[in-house]
Amino acid sequence: MMQGYETVIGLEVHAQMTTKTKIFCGCSTEFGQTPNSQTCPVCLGLPGALPVLNQRVVEFAIKTGLATNCQIAPRSLFARKNYFYPDLPKGYQISQFELPVCEHGWLDIDLEDGKTKRIGITRAHMEEDAGKLMHGDKPETAGSSLVDLNRACTPLLEIVSEPDMRSPEEAIAYLKKLHQIVVYLGVCDGNLEEGSFRCDANVSVRPYGQAEFGTRAELKNINSFRFIKQAIEYEVERQIDLIEGGGKVLQETRLFDSNTGMTRSMRGKEEAHDYRYFPDPDLVPLVIGPEWVEQVRGTLPELPDAKRTRFVEELGLSVYDAEVLAADRALADYFDACATLAKDAKTCANWIMGDVLRKLKETGESIAEAPVSPQLLTGLLARIADHTISGKIAKSVFEKMWQSGQSADQIIAADGLKQVTDTGAIEVLVDEVIAANPDQVSEYLGGKDKLIGFFVGKVMQASQGKANPGMVNQLLKKKLTGK
Amino acid sequence: MTIYDLTMAELRTRLDSREISAVEVTNAYLDRITATGPDINTFITVCTDTAVAEAQAADQALAAGTAAPLTGLPIAVKDIFNATGIRTTCGSRILGNFISPYDATAIARIKEQRAVIIGKLNMDEFAMGSSNENSAFGPVRNPWNLTHVPGGSSGGSAACVSARQAAAALGTDTGGSIRQPASYCSVVGLKPTYGRVSRYGVVAYASSLDQVGPITRDVRDCALLLQAIAGYDPADSTSVNTPTPDYQASLTGDLQGLRIGMPQEYFIEGLDDDVRKALEQAAATYRDLGAEVIEVSLPHTAYAVACYYLIATAEASSNLARYDGVRYGLRADNAENLIDMYMQSRAAGFGAEVKRRIMLGTYALSSGYYDAYYLKAQKVRTLIRQDFLDAFEKVDTLLTPVAPTPAFALGEKVNDPLQMYLSDIYTIPANLAGTCAMSLPCGFSANGLPIGLQLIGKPFDEATLLHTAHAFEQATEWHQRKPEF
Repeated sequence: MMQGYETVIGLEVHAQMTTKTKIFCGCSTEFGQTPNSQTCPVCLGLPGALPVLNQRVVEFAIKTGLATNCQIAPRSLFARKNYFYPDLPKGYQISQFELPVCEHGWLDIDLEDGKTKRIGITRAHMEEDAGKLMHGDKPETAGSSLVDLNRACTPLLEIVSEPDMRSPEEAIAYLKKLHQIVVYLGVCDGNLEEGSFRCDANVSVRPYGQAEFGTRAELKNINSFRFIKQAIEYEVERQIDLIEGGGKVLQETRLFDSNTGMTRSMRGKEEAHDYRYFPDPDLVPLVIGPEWVEQVRGTLPELPDAKRTRFVEELGLSVYDAEVLAADRALADYFDACATLAKDAKTCANWIMGDVLRKLKETGESIAEAPVSPQLLTGLLARIADHTISGKIAKSVFEKMWQSGQSADQIIAADGLKQVTDTGAIEVLVDEVIAANPDQVSEYLGGKDKLIGFFVGKVMQASQGKANPGMVNQLLKKKLTGK
Repeated sequence: MTIYDLTMAELRTRLDSREISAVEVTNAYLDRITATGPDINTFITVCTDTAVAEAQAADQALAAGTAAPLTGLPIAVKDIFNATGIRTTCGSRILGNFISPYDATAIARIKEQRAVIIGKLNMDEFAMGSSNENSAFGPVRNPWNLTHVPGGSSGGSAACVSARQAAAALGTDTGGSIRQPASYCSVVGLKPTYGRVSRYGVVAYASSLDQVGPITRDVRDCALLLQAIAGYDPADSTSVNTPTPDYQASLTGDLQGLRIGMPQEYFIEGLDDDVRKALEQAAATYRDLGAEVIEVSLPHTAYAVACYYLIATAEASSNLARYDGVRYGLRADNAENLIDMYMQSRAAGFGAEVKRRIMLGTYALSSGYYDAYYLKAQKVRTLIRQDFLDAFEKVDTLLTPVAPTPAFALGEKVNDPLQMYLSDIYTIPANLAGTCAMSLPCGFSANGLPIGLQLIGKPFDEATLLHTAHAFEQATEWHQRKPEF
């Protein structure tokens, strides 16, 4: 990338809210249903139908606003954004314009050099999604376009950042952070491919030291974190090349093509719509009292940053472990449940990050579906701690628990895996092993200390793994050296 | 006894006593519509089959003793109301083939009482007009003089009640569309307070002004029909959750101590002499009945028409965007592409007045003009509303003309939209203020055309309006006159 130019990035994210019903009617929001089966007079835009605001969507917006340090507007308005398109049944989209529900927020992102940077959030507002167009690809539909309005009127929260990011990496860090938060809050499923979390990027460049921003292009149609980086990098290069070549950057909307990695012009400023925003007379001003805000605040989960800090400071995990466990809310909850039950958080973390995550990866199950619950896992850890079984036996017990859903105690009892701690019984095995391996005994006595492992292995084998390895070790040394 | 001459209250007594059946009543009206409907051009759709079936169901309810106040009464509705399975045209070619899959709340409420929906009434296209000449289905004629307009936009509703083609009708009023035709046709029409009756299922013209209301033969019937349709509806966010009083109980006839205001700004140049005289006589009648009549001022009245034509058209330009030929209604056959389909469908589907208002409204909302037009109009609207609230500190109700003149001749104003717009000068302010107002017969002009008076009440005080109107009606005979038809 060329030296001498600073990249300026602002992001607009459309997060689809996971409410069961649409934002202005009672139709289901379920994905992938028969086209137009989830519609009613309201979301079809029939003459005379009227919108009624879904209260749950407002709750979700407040939640997201609080989690991103926004101020919640005591009074906000819905506005109509007027334009014609076949996927927009009313000829206008109900959105918020002048008075959005959330404003003046921020998120701190972690930079690669270990520092943090604060990214401003200008606003977040509620709006309805449009339907979907399908362009005829079968013989009977060739040359025609079909409209599916199942998605029309599903709730979106548009979250607009300040132009505070200076590199694609910062943009990705911000997006991942925002993504993690909305998923954590349970207000969005975060699926980029299905379009539940969509991002438009406003990108411009300016010579270092210049105070005013360069002319920006708005990049659309970016549906993965990787593509965002690609799209921004391409666009920055394109703009610098233009300027260096004596040209000018035009204010325009550009589409990203993931096949070519390039952006191309979709419409220029002069073709931009005049949306003729005005307050929607069908909806009354939305009033959110402080009680409602506080009530929603009370339902906020502990957010990833706070969780990570607590895992390190209160539970003694490494920063890396805390990061991994806090990244996913269900995983963090699982860990928390274990740590509460077991009191030894570090061991819990090791087991979860090792065996539990490995099994999940193997089976493709989610942590919520794990057959070994926190109760069961900590039950197993307790048997290691009290020496009922060895760490090694525990691994195989864990496998059986995963398959059967049984408790560690049930499997230990059924398979007779209880560790032998009876000194007499172990002594018998030790004596047998020493008697059966005279050559190794003399080598050991001749100074080959490492052979202790050989003897321990033999005794463990003879005990079918049930002998307490510590006791075996101790007894062997005592008997071999006659001390 | 001629069935169609009876008021709803009179029909109620005879239906309840089983003196006549609901089917007989419905058939009497269907015959009357067949005989006289086409001359006035009142109906866009006559629901002959469903009406008889509904009347039969009403008779069963009567037999079972489960009759409600509207059971078996034939009611016609402006073709702006969605009613399941029936065509809803809104007076427009663009909706000419639209069969509605759902009921407007007002329709659901009268259906619940087993009223008989006898047909859908002609109207100015999308409720835009003051003469009913803007209908894609041809103009409605005034039953009192067939060369004159019935008023608009609920012209079909007022003419139908006046011509005894239904026991009562439902209309809508955005700038006077119930009251002005009611006065031109000598019937009673009430525009409730904004939020009193649900707008759900009523094709929107200007959402912040539209309100549903009854058009009836007399005040008692008006109270009866309002009672049925009023009340909070969760499907309309702008409907207000406030109790609906018993309107029949307010019809006591006693006006002692009532204070009536006559706004000086309403009695100005341009007010027809016959109308002025009828109003003065009405004021005298009210004094005789024991009311105190005083002059009041609504200082921002002069700005109301301009304010209305910015707000109403702005909202309309957005409300009518959905008629794009994509999902229902008229679609141009030979469009080259998407934009062409929009343009051709809308060019062919909308009439001239609708196009004019869409253009006006689009302009008023445009970037760079919004503040000067739409926003300014909203501020003026607030001042106009405040005028009324100030006046209601001094008086209980206002007495004004409904329109500057009696019904004008067909074709007289079609080429002069501004003159046409000014015929709503006295009715528009109540819509802007969001308060309730009604029109009732108070006389006739020298050439035999009806004159109405307007009562404007405090927000959500329809009871006082009905009470005040009822006492006048008891003291006069205007409402008993019928057109020679």
